[in-house]
Amino acid sequence: MGYLAKFRVWRGDNEGGGLQDYAVEVNEGEVVLDIVHRLQATQTPDLAVRWNCKAGKCGSCSAEVNGRPRLMCMTRMSTFTEDEVITVTPMRTFPVIRDLVTDVSYNYEKARMVPSFAPPADLEPGDYRMAQIDVERSQEFRKCIECFLCNNTCHAVRDHEENKTSFSGPRFLMRIAELDMHPLDTVDRRQVAVEEHGIGYCNITKCCTDVCPEHIAITDNAIIPLKERVADKKYDPLFSIASLFRRNKDDRTAPPAAKV
Amino acid sequence: MSEIERHTYDVVVIGAGGAGLRAAIEARSNGKRTAIVCKSLFGKAHTVMAEGGIAAAMGNVNPHDNWQVHFRDTMRGGKFLNSWRMAELHAKEAPQRVWELETYGALFDRTPEGKISQRNFGGHEYPRLAHVGDRTGLELIRTLQQKIVSLQQEDFRNTGDYESYIKVFAECTITRLLTDDSGAIAGAFGYFRETGDFVTFEAPAVVLATGGIGKSFKVTSNSWEYTGDGHALAMRAGGTTLNMEFIQFHPTGMVWPPSVKGILVTESVRGDGGVLTNSEGTRFMFNYIPDVFKDKYATTPEEADRWYADPDNNRRPPELLPRDEVARAINSEVKAGRGTPNGGVYLDVSKRLPADVIRKKLPSMWHQFKELADVDITAQAMEVGPTCHYVMGGVEVDPDSGSAKVPGLFAAGEVSGGMHGSNRLGGNSLSDLLVFGRRAGLGASEYVDAMGDRRPKVTESMLVDAEAEALVPFTTDGGENPYSIHAELQQTMNDLVGIIRTESEMVDALEKLAAFRERVTRVSVVGGRAFNPGWHLALDLKNIIMVSECVAKSALERQESRGGHTRDDFPTLDPNWRKVNVVCRIDGDSVAIKQQPIIAMRPDLLGLFDVEELKKYLTAPELPNAELPNAELPNADLGKGDL
Ligand SMILES: Cc1cc2nc3c(=O)[nH]c(=O)nc-3n(C[C@H](O)[C@H](O)[C@H](O)COP(=O)(O)OP(=O)(O)OC[C@H]3O[C@@H](n4cnc5c(N)ncnc54)[C@H](O)[C@@H]3O)c2cc1C
Ligand code: SF4
Ligand code: SF4
Ligand code: FES
Repeated sequence: MGYLAKFRVWRGDNEGGGLQDYAVEVNEGEVVLDIVHRLQATQTPDLAVRWNCKAGKCGSCSAEVNGRPRLMCMTRMSTFTEDEVITVTPMRTFPVIRDLVTDVSYNYEKARMVPSFAPPADLEPGDYRMAQIDVERSQEFRKCIECFLCNNTCHAVRDHEENKTSFSGPRFLMRIAELDMHPLDTVDRRQVAVEEHGIGYCNITKCCTDVCPEHIAITDNAIIPLKERVADKKYDPLFSIASLFRRNKDDRTAPPAAKV
Repeated sequence: MSEIERHTYDVVVIGAGGAGLRAAIEARSNGKRTAIVCKSLFGKAHTVMAEGGIAAAMGNVNPHDNWQVHFRDTMRGGKFLNSWRMAELHAKEAPQRVWELETYGALFDRTPEGKISQRNFGGHEYPRLAHVGDRTGLELIRTLQQKIVSLQQEDFRNTGDYESYIKVFAECTITRLLTDDSGAIAGAFGYFRETGDFVTFEAPAVVLATGGIGKSFKVTSNSWEYTGDGHALAMRAGGTTLNMEFIQFHPTGMVWPPSVKGILVTESVRGDGGVLTNSEGTRFMFNYIPDVFKDKYATTPEEADRWYADPDNNRRPPELLPRDEVARAINSEVKAGRGTPNGGVYLDVSKRLPADVIRKKLPSMWHQFKELADVDITAQAMEVGPTCHYVMGGVEVDPDSGSAKVPGLFAAGEVSGGMHGSNRLGGNSLSDLLVFGRRAGLGASEYVDAMGDRRPKVTESMLVDAEAEALVPFTTDGGENPYSIHAELQQTMNDLVGIIRTESEMVDALEKLAAFRERVTRVSVVGGRAFNPGWHLALDLKNIIMVSECVAKSALERQESRGGHTRDDFPTLDPNWRKVNVVCRIDGDSVAIKQQPIIAMRPDLLGLFDVEELKKYLTAPELPNAELPNAELPNADLGKGDL
């Protein structure tokens, strides 16, 4: 049943490294992560890789397989031919720690810069009332497993290290949109979306949406509506008055997200 | 000895799953400087994988629900071996803990009135599980993670430093708890996975929230993190564990392809009409209805099929028996040669529901089978078999404060024991994490307050020891590969201390475990200390072996069958065994066990049950004398439309 696959895995650390070739057994039904584990168990016990759930639920095993950003646990070997060389490299946008493990602290720093959920001060626990249709928009974004593949892919940081300080990437623009669409949130994040998270850097290429393993419509459902709201604020002369009032949560342009 | 990074905190929480994060929030809210230490990245703990929901008697869907009903269901599920005090606190406090999540930003699915929606699940009398589709665990962990961030932002506003009160040390593994001469906690020692550098946390209080032990078994729904670290750390520090013989084997894990064997297939598939058949096409669950449930389950496929549309006038399909019953039945069918080619049975929902309904109700299952097994569950049957899922046993704690038998040590979540007795109900873990995570965080804070400045000191000699221990695998040349020992051990536990147990096999397992214990001292690892999984496993193996020994010894001791412990040689439940817990501690190198009497249930709680029912569980002298006010009889349902 099994065959020997040609694997080419990036080995090294922050000082350098390169691709190494391995011939490794593959059995029916296996995924790339299984093969990496077999390498660990039989040839390279110290090969560094992150993983937890092996079912596409935790977002730990992100890497690039033949150049495509993917979850290794959800990439079936049957999608490759038996004589194909399979190249596995760490996510390119983040600094390498060792082998397939990268330093993703950028993402945690950006997460900490998003102003948190703030419910009305007088609302008691247990008294929250929200309609299903109103929570579904944010629920779509809360499917995010924080694999950071979208942030790894977005050219605004992938090709421009210097933008990392001023741009938070699709994951956290989406987080801002998610809070913005929360039916009971009271904070206006439009200014920080521009000034601290760099929404202007996004030019809607949708590459982030393409790689999202959760199939979240990041660009269409999160970023574009947020851009529109930000534009409202920038050009609306009445804005300074309007913002004194509690925001009307129904003025959104996004249609309710379809539930998958 | 090398220079070791050192931090001082009031409370160190080991584990960043639901229990650990809730404990940290509580400690910080009580003004304690708190460290959160975890083996994976922040937000990746096992809790993220939970699917079905979180149990809390909020009564949003059925107003008859209340804490008393939830308490009764929990005790019945655990076959009365539960710590009744924990079950009581859990049932009473779970609703507040869930509502609190909404104040942190959680977005649960809603009822038509806009309240939190609740769904049916096995063993719960009313629809009780708050949920978000089939990704409830993700919502729980992300919400708590984001609450921690919001507290850090608050601390930043007040002090100019995000990490002045809570700091997360991710990808850091604790290998030892440090105790002073009096036996009290002085801190914890570990290494950063990334660099291999050592680190010491000096703190008078440690909360263990390290989760379970599933990696002792070959077929498991659990991740690499589940190596029983917390159980082992507590015992090595002088603490005890109890109920370790009780392991929940979920009846439906994937069996094919081999690489995903064990990955969970949610109970909801059966709730939505999934039917179990063997290789002969027989719907075999009709042959496995135990006497105690005879009047509650359908005896013909026709009646079972009618139940989905008309649950009031028909009995439930036997596919919806409790988890332990279904798991044993599947096991018997496969053993009798009626399994599928890959050693499971068939689970088919495609004939019951239209394709689009399946995709809507079971999105992640559809996705999981499509991507991993190339099976389209809207058209084909799944192959499933039992998988090790959850450990009911754990660190022995005081129900109210979560304190273990070591001064300064607390435990909460899956690593703690007692709450679920011999069998956990679905959904009762996530609520357990929040209720007892909070209590442990509070317990630790109060302990620190009471102690004043007389904090135990971490001494150099403690660190020399801990460091030497961690480095042993590097100093052994030409020893065994840790991966092969681990694989052999998992096979041993699966074969000999698995779902059905018998004396001779467990004796055999214990001999093998003694040999593993010896072999693990001679493993060697290659490569350096920076992110070296071989080294990590070599260290984890010691814990895996210790908890496996706890399981095997306790299982050998308990001569009856109850919940997650089934003895071929003692096939029935024995009320005399309900009066004791089997307790483990470390004696020298190995595990010592003893039987420990269980405190009798408070009369007001006992009064919540019908005496007739109590007779199934209690010995005659334990029964209340007088007829008590009549309580409703069990009518636990794994309902329809259960996602
Ligand atoms: C597939 C699946 C589905 C489930 N579905 C449900 C459900 O629907 N409802 C329900 O109630 N329950 C469910 N459960 C059970 C439930 O998810 C777990 O019992 C629960 O999440 C455990 O949480 P915890 O906080 O105790 O530990 P975890 O979330 O497992 O966290 C453990 C933490 O401890 C850390 N840790 C461990 N050892 C060390 C160490 N040595 N040093 C430092 N850190 C360490 C880990 O890194 C991790 O952060 C499910 C379980 C599985 C596997
Ligand atoms: S759509 Fe925007 S955020 Fe997404 S990849 Fe393109 S530029 Fe980046
Ligand atoms: S939005 Fe999608 S791609 Fe981005 S981190 Fe979340 S799950 Fe990953
Ligand atoms: S291991 Fe969890 S997403 Fe791949």
